[in-house]
Amino acid sequence: MSEQEKKESVLDKRSSRRTFIKNSGLTVGGVVLGGALGSLLIKDDKSTTHNTVTQNHAKTPAANPNVALMFFTPSQYQVTQAAVDRIFPEDANGPGAKELNAAIYIDHQLAGPWGSNVKDYRLGAFYKAEENQGPQTKILRKDLFLAGLDSLNTYSNKQFKVDFKELEATQQDEVLLAFSEGKVELYGKVSSSQFFNLLRTLTIEGVYADPMYGGNNEMLGWSMRKYPGSRMQYVAEIQDEKFIELEPQSLNSHMGH
Amino acid sequence: MVTKLPKVPVVVVGMGWAGGIVSAELTKAGINVVGLERGKDRSTADYTMGHDELRYQHRQELMQDLSKETITYRNTVSGKALPMRHYGTFIVGDGVGGAGSHWNGQTYRFLPYDFEIRSKTIERYGIEKIPAWMEGLNDWGITYDEMEPYYDTFEKMAGISGETVELWGKRTNPYPTPPLVKTPLMKEFEKAATSLGYKPFVIPAANLSESYTNPDGISRGACQYCAYCENFGCEYGAKGDPAVTVIPVAKQTGKLDLRTHSNVLELTKSGGKASGVIYVDMLTGEKFEQPADVVVVASYVFNNSRLLLNSGIGTPYDPKTGKGTIGKNYCYQVTAGGSQLFFEDREFNLYGGAGALGMEIAEYMGDNFDHSKVDFIHGAGIRSTQYGDRPIAVNRVPAGTPNWGAEFKEKSIKYANSNFPVKTQGASLPHKENYLDLDPEFKDEFGYPLLRMTYEYTDNDRAMGKYMSAITRKFAEEIGADIIDTNEEQGPFNVNKDSNTHNTGGVIMGTDPEKSALNTYLQMWEAENVFVLGASAFPHNSSFNPTGTLGALSYRAAEGIQKYLKEGGLLVKA
Ligand SMILES: Cc1cc2nc3c(=O)[nH]c(=O)nc-3n(C[C@H](O)[C@H](O)[C@H](O)COP(=O)(O)OP(=O)(O)OC[C@H]3O[C@@H](n4cnc5c(N)ncnc54)[C@H](O)[C@@H]3O)c2cc1C
Ligand code: SF4
Repeated sequence: MSEQEKKESVLDKRSSRRTFIKNSGLTVGGVVLGGALGSLLIKDDKSTTHNTVTQNHAKTPAANPNVALMFFTPSQYQVTQAAVDRIFPEDANGPGAKELNAAIYIDHQLAGPWGSNVKDYRLGAFYKAEENQGPQTKILRKDLFLAGLDSLNTYSNKQFKVDFKELEATQQDEVLLAFSEGKVELYGKVSSSQFFNLLRTLTIEGVYADPMYGGNNEMLGWSMRKYPGSRMQYVAEIQDEKFIELEPQSLNSHMGH
Repeated sequence: MVTKLPKVPVVVVGMGWAGGIVSAELTKAGINVVGLERGKDRSTADYTMGHDELRYQHRQELMQDLSKETITYRNTVSGKALPMRHYGTFIVGDGVGGAGSHWNGQTYRFLPYDFEIRSKTIERYGIEKIPAWMEGLNDWGITYDEMEPYYDTFEKMAGISGETVELWGKRTNPYPTPPLVKTPLMKEFEKAATSLGYKPFVIPAANLSESYTNPDGISRGACQYCAYCENFGCEYGAKGDPAVTVIPVAKQTGKLDLRTHSNVLELTKSGGKASGVIYVDMLTGEKFEQPADVVVVASYVFNNSRLLLNSGIGTPYDPKTGKGTIGKNYCYQVTAGGSQLFFEDREFNLYGGAGALGMEIAEYMGDNFDHSKVDFIHGAGIRSTQYGDRPIAVNRVPAGTPNWGAEFKEKSIKYANSNFPVKTQGASLPHKENYLDLDPEFKDEFGYPLLRMTYEYTDNDRAMGKYMSAITRKFAEEIGADIIDTNEEQGPFNVNKDSNTHNTGGVIMGTDPEKSALNTYLQMWEAENVFVLGASAFPHNSSFNPTGTLGALSYRAAEGIQKYLKEGGLLVKA
């Protein structure tokens, strides 16, 4: 199918979607795909290689109020930004996890109940587990993450004599690989791979969770993979032989405003 | 201090499908029921913000709070069981509707072979076909033909959408609603199946294919293929859920006294029977004793065994001697064999789907094929499904791709809409050392022992998985994917990674009180006024999701309870 045809079919579907949503008493929100994607891709990050949070803030004063820290210190935030961007880097498809605000997402998650493991079983003694019994460490996610960030810097300094965020991308990958393989001393008996798994999970969530959580900036995580977000129905699309690209919608569009 | 409440005819523990069905049937018959549910009340209004992958799927909004109770797990009888501290494999329901609010809705009947599995296996292959470790394999005490009317009732109540499948047991009626739509992905499966000589069918679904009014007068709208189904509640009420079917029916009678946030700690006893239950209000910590003539335990497989064991009702199963029944024949589901297909230049609308949307074949289920030359019994469904791929959960990449970094990003995006698996869902048969008992060390927040699971996949599972994976490979090749990754190995069970909540057994039905805990009305042999409902009653698990069968059995149990309230005594002679 040509690009033109594709666009037309998107438009067709979009109008039928609108009708449906109108009928069900909900209104549509959402952004124009091309425009938003374009603007973020153009925004070059060179000036922020050694950025600080204040510089960022100064650059985009009217920006998203979600972009503020409730858990990390600015330097912890920067290490996190550097790390998530290696887990999910910028490429020809579009922005990486850093641009998508995955580090903000992580900050918010660790500040909340999940960061303190409130729905986990924490009674009784913590024994060494077999691989198939699941993690049995007492450390909370928020503390594990901070220990991991510390350790990223300690290890980078030992190997390369600089902090993690100052490393070349390939060196950062080397460090993260060592962490993922559990080769780095972290904190007490806690394995570096446990931190790595948390980092990896949180990065993917920060890229793809609804933007109300602070990541997936402007739904660009979704648009990169042509995911339409949280729309109400796909009765027509799922029967269609052709792929139908829909502009993404977030939960905000269900608010009836 | 425990406040003693006035006695009632029936108390039901747990308000999922099992508890909901029994409450609806009994209250419709004019019987007063107290329903105790540890979680909160729920309705479709709770799901206005339901399309939130993080909250519902990855933060388990609708599931049991593990900080209060969990299970412990070990692979072998000699290992030390440790608690499942975070969510992984099993996601246990909580609140009105139970797991029936966040299930997929794949709604099957078991095969005629299943109900008479021991006799039929011996008849066709001889006793040698059943290995010594599988001695617990038994007939259920009821035949498919006797089960048929109960299946019919369950399917009509939930409005199951499906098509008649020749290789299954005979139906008296067609499914109440036609099958769900076929998507291009399903058509690929269908085409391949047909050219390989099989008869593919659309999976029977509790996601309604069209609007439907059930015999109780409950009207529900059609499924919108919204894709927020498995792990989510349905804001349309299109998914069959106790909270939009049987529970409102029970409430309308005015005979259901539903008490939410009421967590049952134990059953009380008097003279070989139960006299009621003790429960705690989860919001205030107050404790109550609720006496009752009949106690219905419908608190899911895990707590069904745990409550009985913690109350000293029934004889605990001992894997060394094979004696005792509570905790016996714990089974699961065998799903590792499968092939993953990747396409270079085809995109499917994988963002849409429904929990039970898919196609399958029945040729390798049960005893539908000759097992004389294979070293396993029973079998699997071979299937492709379209649940809707959500982006945090589903990032399929060809084998050998790292799970992070540049290559991961590129491939996971490239194939996001260009892949699907041909999977297997296999039966799980009892092993004498796969069982449930009380953990000697770990306790819940109230100090009661946790349930301990001892479980490992068996030789039967591994041989069957391998055999079935080869068939998925044939499908993949017939479909013609650009990359095919086939997994043959059923590795060790992993409480963190295996991915379904199809737990069965522990309080099984049968004809012999030495070998089973319940008769076919799910009445306890050792305590005649206790009925234990759920997939815990299955002597083994078939190659199907469990709920159709546990729903049917719940209708039969409701019949039994009414009879018991009138006549008393054991409803079946041992
Ligand atoms: C994600 C997911 C998808 C699934 N998909 C399918 C599918 O497609 N097809 C299928 O057949 N099955 C499926 N299942 C399984 C299906 O959900 C269950 O088989 C079914 O819902 C079990 O019903 P139940 O009434 O026995 O238990 P539940 O629904 O678990 O209900 C038990 C209730 O008891 C309450 N309870 C527990 N302990 C206590 C206590 N001590 N005191 C008071 N209350 C208590 C719980 O809070 C719960 O509400 C799925 C399960 C999950 C988790
Ligand atoms: S897929 Fe269908 S049944 Fe499932 S939640 Fe969406 S609308 Fe409801």
